[in-house]
Amino acid sequence: MIRAGLSALLSHWLRRPFQLVTLVTGLALATALWSGVQAINAEARASYDQAAETLGEARYPQIVPDGADFPQADYVGLRRAGWPVTPVIEGRLRAGGQSVRLIGIDPLTAPADIAPDTVEVETDLAGFITPPGLLYANPETAPALSGLGLRVVPAASVAPGTAIGDIGIVQGLLGQPGRLTRLILTGDAPGTPLQDIASGLTRRAQAESNDIARLTDSFHLNLTAFGLLSFAVGLFIVHGAIGLAFEQRRPVFRTLRALGLPLRTLIGLLSLELVILALVSGGIGMALGYLIAAALLPDVAATLRGLYGADVSGQLSLRPAWWAAGMVIALLGTAIAAAGAFWRVARLPLLASAQPRAWSRGSAAGRLAQGAAAAALGLVALGLALVGSGLVAGFVLLGVLLIAAALALPLVLHGVLVLAAGAARGALPQWFWADTRQQLPGLSLALMALLLALAANIGVGTMVQSFRATFTGWLDQRLAAELYVRASDPAEAERLLAYLDGRVDAVLPIVSVDAVVMGAPAEIFGVADHATYRDNWPLLSALPDVWDRVARGEAVLVNEQLARREALAPGDPLPLPGGDTRTIGGVYSDYGNPLAQVLIGLDAFRARYPDAPELNFGLRLPAPDAPALQRALTDEAGIAPDQITDQQSLKRFSLGIFERTFAVTGALNVLTLAVAGFAILTSLLTLSTMRQPQLAPVWALGLTRASLARLEILRALFLALVTFIAAIPVGLLLAYVLLAVINVEAFGWRLPMQVFPGDWLWLGALSMLAALLAALWPARRLARTPPAELLKVFANER
Amino acid sequence: MLLSVETLTKTYPAEGGRLTVLDGISMSLDAGRTLALTGESGSGKSTLLHLIGGLDVPDAGRVMVDGTDIAALDDKGRAALRRGTVGVVFQQFNLIPSLDVSANIAFQARLAGRHDPAWDARLARALGLEDQLGKYPEELSGGQQQRVAIGRTLAARPRLILADEPTGNLDEATGDRVLDLFLQLVAETGAALLTVTHSGRLAARMDAQLVLSQGRVA
Amino acid sequence: MNAKGYSIALMFCASFAEAQGFAGLGTDAEGFAMPDAGYEFEFPTDHGPHPAYRIEWWYLTANLDGADGQTYGMQWTLFRSALAPTEGDGWSSPQIWFGHAALTTKTAHFAAERFARGGIGQAGVTAEPFEAWIDDWRLSGPSLSDVSLRAGGEEFGYDLTLKTDAPFVPQGENGYSVKAASGQASHYYSQPFYEVSGTLALPDGQVEVTGQGWLDREWSSELLARSQEGWDWFSLHLGGGARLMGFVLRDDAAGDYTSATWIAPDGTPTPYPDGAFTAEPLRAAEVAGRDIPVRWRLKLPGQALDVEVTAVNEQAWNPLAFPYWEGPVTVTGSHAGRGYLEMTGYE
Ligand SMILES: Nc1ncnc2c1ncn2[C@@H]1O[C@H](COP(=O)(O)OP(=O)(O)OP(=O)(O)O)[C@@H](O)[C@H]1O
Ligand SMILES: [Mg+2]
Repeated sequence: MIRAGLSALLSHWLRRPFQLVTLVTGLALATALWSGVQAINAEARASYDQAAETLGEARYPQIVPDGADFPQADYVGLRRAGWPVTPVIEGRLRAGGQSVRLIGIDPLTAPADIAPDTVEVETDLAGFITPPGLLYANPETAPALSGLGLRVVPAASVAPGTAIGDIGIVQGLLGQPGRLTRLILTGDAPGTPLQDIASGLTRRAQAESNDIARLTDSFHLNLTAFGLLSFAVGLFIVHGAIGLAFEQRRPVFRTLRALGLPLRTLIGLLSLELVILALVSGGIGMALGYLIAAALLPDVAATLRGLYGADVSGQLSLRPAWWAAGMVIALLGTAIAAAGAFWRVARLPLLASAQPRAWSRGSAAGRLAQGAAAAALGLVALGLALVGSGLVAGFVLLGVLLIAAALALPLVLHGVLVLAAGAARGALPQWFWADTRQQLPGLSLALMALLLALAANIGVGTMVQSFRATFTGWLDQRLAAELYVRASDPAEAERLLAYLDGRVDAVLPIVSVDAVVMGAPAEIFGVADHATYRDNWPLLSALPDVWDRVARGEAVLVNEQLARREALAPGDPLPLPGGDTRTIGGVYSDYGNPLAQVLIGLDAFRARYPDAPELNFGLRLPAPDAPALQRALTDEAGIAPDQITDQQSLKRFSLGIFERTFAVTGALNVLTLAVAGFAILTSLLTLSTMRQPQLAPVWALGLTRASLARLEILRALFLALVTFIAAIPVGLLLAYVLLAVINVEAFGWRLPMQVFPGDWLWLGALSMLAALLAALWPARRLARTPPAELLKVFANER
Repeated sequence: MLLSVETLTKTYPAEGGRLTVLDGISMSLDAGRTLALTGESGSGKSTLLHLIGGLDVPDAGRVMVDGTDIAALDDKGRAALRRGTVGVVFQQFNLIPSLDVSANIAFQARLAGRHDPAWDARLARALGLEDQLGKYPEELSGGQQQRVAIGRTLAARPRLILADEPTGNLDEATGDRVLDLFLQLVAETGAALLTVTHSGRLAARMDAQLVLSQGRVA
Repeated sequence: MNAKGYSIALMFCASFAEAQGFAGLGTDAEGFAMPDAGYEFEFPTDHGPHPAYRIEWWYLTANLDGADGQTYGMQWTLFRSALAPTEGDGWSSPQIWFGHAALTTKTAHFAAERFARGGIGQAGVTAEPFEAWIDDWRLSGPSLSDVSLRAGGEEFGYDLTLKTDAPFVPQGENGYSVKAASGQASHYYSQPFYEVSGTLALPDGQVEVTGQGWLDREWSSELLARSQEGWDWFSLHLGGGARLMGFVLRDDAAGDYTSATWIAPDGTPTPYPDGAFTAEPLRAAEVAGRDIPVRWRLKLPGQALDVEVTAVNEQAWNPLAFPYWEGPVTVTGSHAGRGYLEMTGYE
């Protein structure tokens, strides 16, 4: 009985292969986008974990300096006071055209679990710690280090973009002999307080040390939100396909039950069928997702490196957990999409007309219920916007907004159609509007999907464009110096300064140290008292005479990120490392930087950090002279060309990082839109097969198939147009939430929203094109339907 | 001569060749006359009706309606014929589900540009549909739907009415009532009527009868 | 510091392995200095490190009596192990330092270890004023005849002063201590006459102690012959003030190699060649999953010595990167007394 039942059920798919393709494709697409995003996230997280693992940040408390580094005498002092610490020097080295994170450890005091496995197995301690030494590097990174004159051993256990060597060797490579950047506390601290031995050092608990994971959380949440959106859009397709397949099989269900198949068994068989389909589609989706992830990962890796300094492997690895999660999400998605259909099957009366009803006129009550739900969700969104806080609340707000908009769409479309029908004169227009309205329930899921995709597109597009506009203007302000020069060591800096004397209008030292400000990692910059800053620095708010105060060392400037995070405003006191406090003189915008930043007067900076090397300089000179000076610096002063950057290149570089940051978002955006387009196509195609009973009479009453087909296309275009117009306010609302809530929470800056109607035209045209393409096929099919086919509708034997 | 059919042949593709459904049918019908088409099931009655109505094209032979050869018309021409000259009443009613009763009744007349609200109102009254005008087809009974279908055809005042078992879906009493009405209104409009029927009683009420058997006139 | 690198263990073993097998020229193939039979010690200079040699240690043990009536044993050792026969500045120094600290009671044994790189000041030894240190462990004083010691681990610690007027005692032939028939040797001297007093910190509290201490100083580049598996090393304080140092280097292939020095109460040494001293294991106990002799019969016929040596605590196992047995012993028989026993190479 079960076999017979199953074969009766499955035969449906053989007779309607297109429905099967729709279902499988929809589920595969949904799974693909979701799991693709998840694969990217998993890869990135694995890289962060590996990086954190490298220094045991997740497991051991760290001892960090207020500034960038500290003398190793502090380390010896702590050891001799009984502190179980192991030294670390960490820095970046440009090698082989790549910036490599170099980590130096002391194999004698380092706990066994902070160094990668390969390092431990190596017994050539002498080769490791005595010059020239050797480096263990991630296999992707190792080739870049080949020119350093020491052995480089590729080791898969080393994090991407990273190389590990002996502390002394790495000090030498980084040009920081005798300096350390942090200590790892490997045991219980003794009674002697840290401050008594090394006053410039502070202890940090292990949890808060994984800065990279924390910083990039928002980025990954962003990706996840997009994955979820795509998944939801994909589910619309699945829902449509399953619903249709169930509706069309109602007579079969009824017959099977009439023939004695228990309801339970029927539902069991249907579930089994769907599980099989879900697993197959899920598998295809996972394969697709892998491809998507592999294609996007290099961009993501570049973004993460550019924006957060996080090294992520560009190579995708397959993780069993990811596969399992993908299959679960495919099954779950199918379950969600099929729930309604199952419910209807369970309540299917044994005797009822076998007329398909799913696509018939939507009831007013159903529309009202949807409208009420939309209104309720709108209220929830409003509440969230008013009282919610945090990134998660922001994304929930986004989600609720989108669902509310999607639910309201059929109502809006219905209203528009009622108005249009009311205004229509002539039998054909009237029929056209009435018929469109009747089709609405069948198309509304696809149209909702389109609305979501379009709104997301408009929202994200507006955000990105606003960001780009603001960012470009900001770069123009911020990068005011004509040339930027970096000396490789203090001696070279001295030579450089001597050479520049009299050749430029001003030399502006760019000095900074890494520090902990208000409990979080931050950069402290020294800023020269110069018109360059007074005229150009992008201050958002400031006290009067702020630059004089900063120059005198009384006031400091903080970036928007820090100000927002700690709710600081000009006039507030800011505690600085070392225990003293300065007034905040102003807040400036600092896009693209995940860290808190504090600007203090150059003199105050030098007094505070006498050891901080002054190696970077901005040069002011008449812009036309810059290329000549750049050449002269290389030819006459012996500065390597890669140590000099002109303003334009730096801007290009910064914009490049920015573009890459949103490349992934853009790609996902397009994919989501494509899925929505596919949803429309499948809906129209499935509808078209059921449209004959509605179209045949009209045809019989004197319309050509061609004109009917034209009307079908017109209908699709019209619906897409209305949906697009409806998507604009939703998209703008979305952009507002992204700019005013999500960005502020995720990055710590708020951008003015700018509107780009030109982009909408494009998007509108694109969605019309999608609808046109989607409608073209069924319309062509209709135009070519042989009359005999349509006549079957009238045939007596029907 | 409003309608003349000459050696009309229609075949359908079938397993192992083609199935000849109509095999050299010839017949004619004058304006204002009525003709019953009978024959066993599968003899080709509906097929003939569809060919005359410009819904399908013959393989050979001619169908002349009001002096035009339908076979020579293109898709557009046939659509115009269906719109303007011919009216079909189907056994399955085939109302337009998205339009209400009054819109359904008026639909073809409006397409044909012959809409006359007063005539519509008369028809609705005569057909007993005054109270149903705002309803949608799915809310009507079979008899009511058939009356709407008849109303729709009559409202357009076609010169030739083709009816394919117009009462086949109704019980006998209802069928008789609807038919009486139908014939009365056809007479009023002066249209010619070709109706397919299994009912001898109905056939007897026509001016003439034509019997089909295996695609030929018996 | 429990988290110790596996690499360290390997490296430690490796340096001992490397220390084997290079017979007696001035330097070995890698340039390490070789012990010289004609060498005369020079104090206090020789209390300091000899970086040209591969290995070296400052090895202190003491048998202590607590105010609580209990007996205790303590060990503190600073090892130097060179990866190359040079001293370099900063991290590039090839000198590696290890420290071991242990404390033994009748029923418990505690041990801890430290590792450090030379060249950066984290560990080292200076001869005058004397200081030997690694991390917060420190043996220091105006001279090596008057030092104080602080060291400890998570559960134990000690703070002791060690004083003596006695001279340092050369082992072997004037400090040239042969370790194998094939000629491996080391420079070796001892200070077996320390009077010790101070405080022990135990999980249950502090204990005032007094007792006798023994320092071994030894450096070499080739300690063992290739076939030698390990050693049993006795340092005994005997009744009447005499001291006995004796060791057995176990070798299944070439035969065991023994050596002993009888030290008269005034510090005059009488060295004994291979075979004069014998040590026979009488009973083994299971320690850390292996059988280890905890009762011995020692004979030195030249001094009419025939004693049984018994471990105070059989479980005096140092479970360190380089694991070995080291603990206090009591002496009975022809002579009575106490001392320390070190046993290595038991697998
Ligand atoms: N589209 C088609 N393709 C193939 N064969 C067809 C098609 N339409 C009709 N036929 C065949 O043509 C023959 C005539 O069909 P038709 O519908 O004209 O019969 P009918 O006389 O109207 O029968 P009934 O009284 O049962 O309505 C039948 O054998 C039918 O199977
Ligand atoms: Mg028929």
